[in-house]
Amino acid sequence: MADSTVASVKSIVGTPLPLITKSDTKPTWCPGCGDYGVVAAVEMAVKKLGLPSHEVVIVSGIGCSSNLPHFLSSYGFHSIHGRALPVAEGIRWANHGLTVIGTGGDGDGFGIGAGHFVHAMRRNVKLTYVTMDNQIYGLTTGQASPTSMMGQKTKSTPRGVIENPVDPIALALASGATYVARGFSGDVKHLADLVANGLRHRGFAFIDVMSPCVTYNKINTFDFFRQRVYKLESSGHDPTNIVTAWQRALEWGDKIPIGLFYKTDRPTYEELEEVLLQGPLVHQPAGLKGHESVLDEFI
Amino acid sequence: MTEISIRTGGSAGDGIASVGEMMVRCFSRMGRHAFGLNAYQSVIRGGHVWFQARATDQRPHSQGDGCDILYAMTPETVEIHSAALRPGGTLVYDPEKFPVAADKLPPKVHALEVPTLAIARKYSTQPILQNAAGLGASAALAGIPLEVLHEVVRDSFGRKAGDVVQWNVEASAAGYQHALNHGHVLDHTLSKAGAPKLLMTGNQAIALGAAAAGLKFLSQYPMTPASSIMHWLAAHSSDLGIVVKQAEDELAAINMAIGASFGGVRAMTATSGGGFSLMVEALGMAGMTETPLVVVESQRAGPSTGLPTKTEQGDLNLMLGAGQGDFPRAILAPSNPAEAYRQTIRAFELAEEFQTPVLVASDLHLSENFMTVDREEIPLDVPVPSLFAVTPNGHDYHRYAYTPNGVSPRSLPGQPGLQYVAGSDEHDEKGHLISDVRSGVPTWVSERARMMEKRMGKLKGLLAASEPPVREGPATADLTFVAWGSTIGAVRDAMAVLAAQGRTTNLVRVPTVFPLDGPALLRLLAPARRTLLVELNYTAQFGRLVRAETGLDLSTRLLKYDGEPIYPFEIVAKAMEVMNHGG
Repeated sequence: MADSTVASVKSIVGTPLPLITKSDTKPTWCPGCGDYGVVAAVEMAVKKLGLPSHEVVIVSGIGCSSNLPHFLSSYGFHSIHGRALPVAEGIRWANHGLTVIGTGGDGDGFGIGAGHFVHAMRRNVKLTYVTMDNQIYGLTTGQASPTSMMGQKTKSTPRGVIENPVDPIALALASGATYVARGFSGDVKHLADLVANGLRHRGFAFIDVMSPCVTYNKINTFDFFRQRVYKLESSGHDPTNIVTAWQRALEWGDKIPIGLFYKTDRPTYEELEEVLLQGPLVHQPAGLKGHESVLDEFI
Repeated sequence: MTEISIRTGGSAGDGIASVGEMMVRCFSRMGRHAFGLNAYQSVIRGGHVWFQARATDQRPHSQGDGCDILYAMTPETVEIHSAALRPGGTLVYDPEKFPVAADKLPPKVHALEVPTLAIARKYSTQPILQNAAGLGASAALAGIPLEVLHEVVRDSFGRKAGDVVQWNVEASAAGYQHALNHGHVLDHTLSKAGAPKLLMTGNQAIALGAAAAGLKFLSQYPMTPASSIMHWLAAHSSDLGIVVKQAEDELAAINMAIGASFGGVRAMTATSGGGFSLMVEALGMAGMTETPLVVVESQRAGPSTGLPTKTEQGDLNLMLGAGQGDFPRAILAPSNPAEAYRQTIRAFELAEEFQTPVLVASDLHLSENFMTVDREEIPLDVPVPSLFAVTPNGHDYHRYAYTPNGVSPRSLPGQPGLQYVAGSDEHDEKGHLISDVRSGVPTWVSERARMMEKRMGKLKGLLAASEPPVREGPATADLTFVAWGSTIGAVRDAMAVLAAQGRTTNLVRVPTVFPLDGPALLRLLAPARRTLLVELNYTAQFGRLVRAETGLDLSTRLLKYDGEPIYPFEIVAKAMEVMNHGG
């Protein structure tokens, strides 16, 4: 925040406005948490696109990973559990000149917020949604999450999980998402590219990041993923093919694909909403002055 | 007082609402103040629905009691409503549809057989045209000029293709002529009285008020009786430049509105009690992040799904208590469309000025029924500030800076150098969390208390800026009514009835239910000999609030919770009982 105060002064004399940086708030995540890689990747991606920090809004829900907006110098909205996406959509529609990034965890996005996840994708609202998927509830000290694997023992499932996990990639494909990717927080450069391409994408870009919880998930660890992940882009996968995207989405075992599963081109919600074609709402005229004829129907 | 009420009843799908709306519009076109009650059920076809169009030479504030003309499209309508016919009135029906025994009618009430189906058949195989014939007959008996009726019919069907408009005009003329030839025109009629009045529902007034206040974004999930706010704004979305988003649920609806408001536009959501229950957590977030927000809560009879198409004032406790912890809010409760327009504009101003949620408490009775307003009561020239133009001082910007009134300068995303994170967690002046590593540390413990005091301090300003309690009628009276919201309408009409009987009453009403101006309320009630609290809920929720805020127990009460609107006669009866025998 201190840096950005200087920025507003500089902007008056025409110096380029500063790019996103780390804020003066230090992350409170456990040492070794996967989310450090994600915040680094988001920062790199936003920088790569040359977006000034005041034109970026990072919106999150609640959970360890949802603290992310505090650690970067952009605008942020740290909302309530599960509601990052509707808040982000509202911000985007109020001012679609802004770059809006949604962040959060697997509980936030695929549990309590699952309904919003599906609908944001079918709308193809232009947002980049980065989930830090650690397959566990961390902040509440280790209960099963919607993506915990069958049989996993947690505080809430001492005899093991007996529900099939949500497959976020398959759910995204089924919901009509136009950019579907999986990243790994152990490969920050690869992840930063996925996020940067998501930011460039025409519409909703979903990046599910396998971001291990080093404290509460002793199964899906960095080693677990290092032994299994392979990159779709070096395996001949065609991300424009929905059929093979589905096949890759269903792979979860000895081999776990990361990279871009699917990408297609479809108009965004903002491009189809007539009112927004007139420019960002925040800059449009408001009120009924000059609209006196609106009363005619009441006569 | 000259009063004419035309009641139409039938089954859902018969077009009762559109006939009723045309009836009440005839009166408003004549320059008369009128009220239109649309009583319907949660069915698409069948059941029993009815509409009452009421006009007076004064200003009706409710549907009134009884009717002068009853146009019955079903035998059930005769069963249910014929007792409401006043002497000199007429039952209009078509004997081809069903017979009516003469002994079914109250004394001095006429029955007029109108061949509505036969008239309809002249034009179309669709029996719906019978409505036009019945409408015409009813209008004739009510003394409505034929040219007014035709103007209303033409305008109502103006968008329909082909011969539909002409058929309706001719069928209504045939019904009109039949009634003049064979019926008894009321001996008390209303003449034209100047320019047409505007006729609108409470929800239309709320939507219009929101638009006038600069609304740019509405997100809403369908729920009776709030849905027509979305319908009106959606229909005007393009011409007024307002984004209308039907959300996937009420959780999304309120969170989208909060996001849009944070993004810099005036935003609103609207719902009924069930949907509002889902919005509760986000309402607190608007309070905590100090994001302006307007929420319309149009109450219907609860609990749970309750009676979806029936009215109640049963959500006051919910609105007062919605959300964990304490945060400042205001609850404005308009009593009629003119006030709904004004109060909705005020809600946006208060939400913006105090950066906190403001609720507009409506109910089905206000939201969905029609009332006339004078053109001057709907001033469109409302100042709408451009939020983006107001840039807080960039030097050492603190989004949640402590200020004497608790309101801090708000930056908008896109404004350089003023970035902050709006957090639902407790935070310091800069917006940095004090909920994790700082929580419980002495410095931050006192910071938390200070931040609570900053936010809650806004209540003082909200109270000062809100419309205080109002007394209507003489300072001293035999009985003082206390009421809020749409119930005020029937109380006003009851006061007129009581005045005609020589009983002096007055009313203390509360446009701003919260924060409640207790001292002002006590001052207004101090001269009261007796009070009668009138509310549409089981537990006297407003009475409880008054007692909590002032210690005053409004123990004499008329409470109604059967889903029906309150009628003036019910209030008159209770008032007489209280005045004659005490509470």
